[in-house]
Amino acid sequence: MSIAELVKGGERTASGRGDAVTTLAASKPSPARRAKNALATGAVVAAVVLTAVPLTLVIWAAIRRGSERLDLTLFTHSMRGVVGAGGGLLHALTGTLLITAATAAIAIPLGLSTAIYLTEYGSGGRLAAITRRAVDIMVSIPSIVAGLAAYALFSLLLGPGTRSGLAGAVALAMIMIPVVVRSSEEVLRLVPADLREAGLALGSPKWRVIRKIVLPTALPGLTAGAVLGVARIIGETAPLLLVAGFTDAMNYNLAEGRMATLPVFIYTQWSSKGLDTAAYDQRAWAGALVLMAVVVVLQLAARALPPQIAKIRRNR
Amino acid sequence: MTDSRVAVSGGPAGRRSYGERVFSGSMKGAAIAVALILVGVLVFLAAKGGPAFGDGEGDLPAHATNFLALALPLAFGSVWVAVVALLFAALPAIGVALAATIYAPSARFGRFLGAVLDLLAAVPSVVFGLWGLKVLAPAMVPLFEWLHAKLGWLPFFSGDPSVTGRTVLTASVVVAVMILPIMAAMCRESFALTPPALIEAAYALGATRWEMVRSAVLPVARSGIVAGGMLGLGRALGETMAVAMVLSATPDLISFNVISSENPSTIAAFIASTFPESTGSRVNALIALGLVLFGISLLVSIAGRRIAKKGAQA
Repeated sequence: MSIAELVKGGERTASGRGDAVTTLAASKPSPARRAKNALATGAVVAAVVLTAVPLTLVIWAAIRRGSERLDLTLFTHSMRGVVGAGGGLLHALTGTLLITAATAAIAIPLGLSTAIYLTEYGSGGRLAAITRRAVDIMVSIPSIVAGLAAYALFSLLLGPGTRSGLAGAVALAMIMIPVVVRSSEEVLRLVPADLREAGLALGSPKWRVIRKIVLPTALPGLTAGAVLGVARIIGETAPLLLVAGFTDAMNYNLAEGRMATLPVFIYTQWSSKGLDTAAYDQRAWAGALVLMAVVVVLQLAARALPPQIAKIRRNR
Repeated sequence: MTDSRVAVSGGPAGRRSYGERVFSGSMKGAAIAVALILVGVLVFLAAKGGPAFGDGEGDLPAHATNFLALALPLAFGSVWVAVVALLFAALPAIGVALAATIYAPSARFGRFLGAVLDLLAAVPSVVFGLWGLKVLAPAMVPLFEWLHAKLGWLPFFSGDPSVTGRTVLTASVVVAVMILPIMAAMCRESFALTPPALIEAAYALGATRWEMVRSAVLPVARSGIVAGGMLGLGRALGETMAVAMVLSATPDLISFNVISSENPSTIAAFIASTFPESTGSRVNALIALGLVLFGISLLVSIAGRRIAKKGAQA
């Protein structure tokens, strides 16, 4: 039904009753129309329930099954030499922290600088158009393909079969960069043009206006974008499975050797389990619970940050 | 800002300072680097994966005789799982988006629903995989038996149903849950763009809420809905861990049956489960498969952007 049809329908009733205003006040929708409306409302409510149910079930399963092994050993021990019960995920937690930090160290400066170029310098230019197109395409790279690309790069540089935490960080950076570019660009565009113009009118060079006025104003939004970018990659499994590999022992060196991470830990506890399957399942669920907790904390942190643009303080 | 460029060149010195050149140069360098990363991805993938396109028997994983025989069933599996997931996710995504915008009793409820969707989108796929495997799959078995008994004459439900529940149907449900928040976010954005005048005009003509949605909200948002679907489809095609863990797969199978214990695999899941034990030319074949997957998801995302753009112009 289009607006035009509705109008026609309205005209018909109006002319039938003579007065449009009384029509509106007097005519209740027919029972059939009301039934349809109720049905649609019911469907919308059902959709909300349908969305909330899996989320609740996943969180519930992670809490119920994960708490079985949520003991101190889990956080103080690696899996080195562990066959069967016992052991922990300290090595995986360490690996996740190191690789995530390295990824952020690559993706945030690069992504933010690109966003600054796109909003402040290049808008309308050819390079900006090319970079924007590249970011659009990078968003659609499946994460496993990013892993393959990092694997191909490192095996060309260092010989086939190389696996390291750094390669994992490079793969994750390919996923995180477009996220950071897009969110930063959006926030930078929200900074009022008056602020920039005021700075320029006072004779400041443009780069100082950006550093001293634009970036501080946009800082809360930029931080929230970076946190969400981290939340997006911290649960990534496939690329790390390919390029960071897996190990049972601690590895603090990003540049060399396989490095365990939390998501890959969960996967391998399931995929290559020993005879005592219950112990492996328990560790997988405990890992899932820890990972979920990390993700939820990051999400809440991004939401708890102040609104996107800092209030301009008039009296210092 | 285009206008501020004028301000800089017209500055007091008439020339850009040293600091300005360093700063703007490094920002430009970053933009160039990001574009080069994409070129690098393609070059590295082609360099390592290219040779595998001509490989014969013995060099390929899964005992395939040539690359096409390897890639075709997997590409089918990827598209099949993604399309079934899209079917499951589409209506709930539109419904939730309506609930968060038009039907929301208060702005707070809309924000709360947005937070729920964001959280759902943030659940790592490996956690969904574990849940699908351990919780959902066993729970689906009775449904499979019922579907087989009642609708067994349909090719989708013929043959003996799986007793483990690790089927295309289960995998698609898990993937549907994962793509739902992405699609809902796109729909929500376009529903929110409905001109208020249209909504009020529909109500003023005596439309019920549903008639208002059908006549004012949905037509305006149509391209946004389709674009959201394409985005979800792209995500579903690339979804790896959940499928790799849930699906009990036979890599060289092409089958539309969604409840059988014999299921086609997907490109992404096949790469993830085969890669850790692969060496030599088999790795190259997996990288070539990655290129194929990249190609498919690129096509989907380009189509999605075209549709979104067309809608924005209309």
